[in-house]
Amino acid sequence: MRSDRLDRAPLPLKISACLGLLFLHLPILLIFLYAFTTEEKSYRFPPPGLTLQWFAVTWNRPDVWAALMLSVKVASLATAIALVLGTLCAAAVSRSAFFGREAVSLLVILPIALPGIITGIALRSAFSMADIPFSFFTIVLGHATFCIVVVYNNAVARFRRLSGSLVEASMDLGADGFQTFRYVILPNIATALLAGGMLAFALSFDEVIVTTFTAGQQSTLPIWMLEELIRPRQRPVTNVVAMVVVLVTLLPILAAYFLTRDGDRIAGAGK
Amino acid sequence: MTAILFENVSRHFGSVRAVDGVDLAVTEGEFFAMLGPSGSGKTTCLRLVAGFEQPTSGHIEIFGETAEGVPPYRRNVNTVFQDYALFPHLSILDNVAYGLMVKGMGKAERRRAAEDALAMVALPGYGARKPGQLSGGQRQRVALARALVNRPRVLLLDEPLGALDLKLREQMQEELKTLQKTLGLTFIFVTHDQSEALSMADRVAVFHEGKVRQVGTPEEIYRRPKTRFVADFVGSSNVLSRAQCRQLGFDAPAASLRPESILLGTPADGQLGLTGVPIAASFLGPINRLTLDCGGERIVASLPAGTPVPAAGEPVTLAFDRQDLHVMEEA
Repeated sequence: MRSDRLDRAPLPLKISACLGLLFLHLPILLIFLYAFTTEEKSYRFPPPGLTLQWFAVTWNRPDVWAALMLSVKVASLATAIALVLGTLCAAAVSRSAFFGREAVSLLVILPIALPGIITGIALRSAFSMADIPFSFFTIVLGHATFCIVVVYNNAVARFRRLSGSLVEASMDLGADGFQTFRYVILPNIATALLAGGMLAFALSFDEVIVTTFTAGQQSTLPIWMLEELIRPRQRPVTNVVAMVVVLVTLLPILAAYFLTRDGDRIAGAGK
Repeated sequence: MTAILFENVSRHFGSVRAVDGVDLAVTEGEFFAMLGPSGSGKTTCLRLVAGFEQPTSGHIEIFGETAEGVPPYRRNVNTVFQDYALFPHLSILDNVAYGLMVKGMGKAERRRAAEDALAMVALPGYGARKPGQLSGGQRQRVALARALVNRPRVLLLDEPLGALDLKLREQMQEELKTLQKTLGLTFIFVTHDQSEALSMADRVAVFHEGKVRQVGTPEEIYRRPKTRFVADFVGSSNVLSRAQCRQLGFDAPAASLRPESILLGTPADGQLGLTGVPIAASFLGPINRLTLDCGGERIVASLPAGTPVPAAGEPVTLAFDRQDLHVMEEA
């Protein structure tokens, strides 16, 4: 469709595109670089020397482990809640017409459009009013609000492509509700759920604002990092942890991207 | 034996009366067509039999057992869906074996049964493919095999040939008819195509606005339509007005007269006659179609090719046998 001339971008455009990408990603590389620096009080460039000692120090810090475990637990539980509720909600919105369907659809998506600080304050005051002490579960609930959105969005897109008569065909052939879910619905939405779940996990894992408002004494990994940056000692430990966070969140997002891309092709071929 | 019985069945969606007081009895082993324009309630009736809809009022029996409250998966009927509804993630063989799988049949046994079913619809060896790799006609056959492999007592077909091109549709019509006769199964076939219904079915129910207007053999429906709607929908039949009936010497709200029953010329003994002015004539191969104005009503006559066609504007006399004129119950 495009002419050959348009395939070749002019040189200035190429240069500015490269600069833009560098601007986005060079700081991340710097974070990685300082994880190896020998200097622990301030980040000087270039680093005076390179060392692997901070990996060992990080490994032996119990506060890092506590924060990491808390983050993994919160993200897992929030994702699990989001998978169940998001899928059910997507099924209801895409399969049946009822009064207020569009409103429900909008309200479900709203938490991700709202600034995190609003969600955080709202939840905090709601928890205080209901006399619910801030704990692990209040963090999970806070994270679930926006985790549901990504699961819902993924699932609803897949449900819309599923022909409604597939469920009827399954029932017609003798499958009850559970069998229909197990053998027809689940295989068709599985990749969408996996993708949604991974995104939800990644979102929860590096969430700061909502967590600040809904946590009690606990520190999730991002909160721990914020606190750590203020301290003068062993600064590169934060950089080591940052590398871990990047890996833990980037891999699921990449996986989610490839899974949904494949899913599109498979679902498209069925039409 | 009565396979499906509807007693005063209604299904309303809000203020829409999709099915409105339908009485029907489908006999075991017959090829029963539900014919009607879209929105006439025929598909809703089929869904009531399958169990996807519950009647708002009235009573449905399937082989003498009441159907209310029985979910689709406990009814011994299977459906061939309009869009085929093949499972996109399963192979053709697993699609066909699905009903047997959920009933707990062993893997080897159900695979054999599925392969037999595929052979029956002339698709042997297609089991490993996915639905997306088949043509529309092939998917149609898979949907048929997937339903039949469960040995239903009634097969429901919801406009199954609607998406096929003309040639394939004619071929499938014959195959379906043969299959139904061979298996001795009850088929309920929903269609809006009157020629399809008339050529395939043992009996036809004509639907209009949620009601059954007439039930009968194709010949009865064609020759003796009860209402103007049936006469119009089933084929191009002439409908004579009350005034014309009076003029011919009897009192009826309306009467139907097939174009092929009309001859040119003075009526002989026992025949009736009408006078009309030819408006237009068209040549249709074996026949000439002549449109006339008979006292303000349009009358169409089919004249055998070779008959001289009268010139437009010159009044002519039309003759037909008394028994070809069919008195209708309503206008």
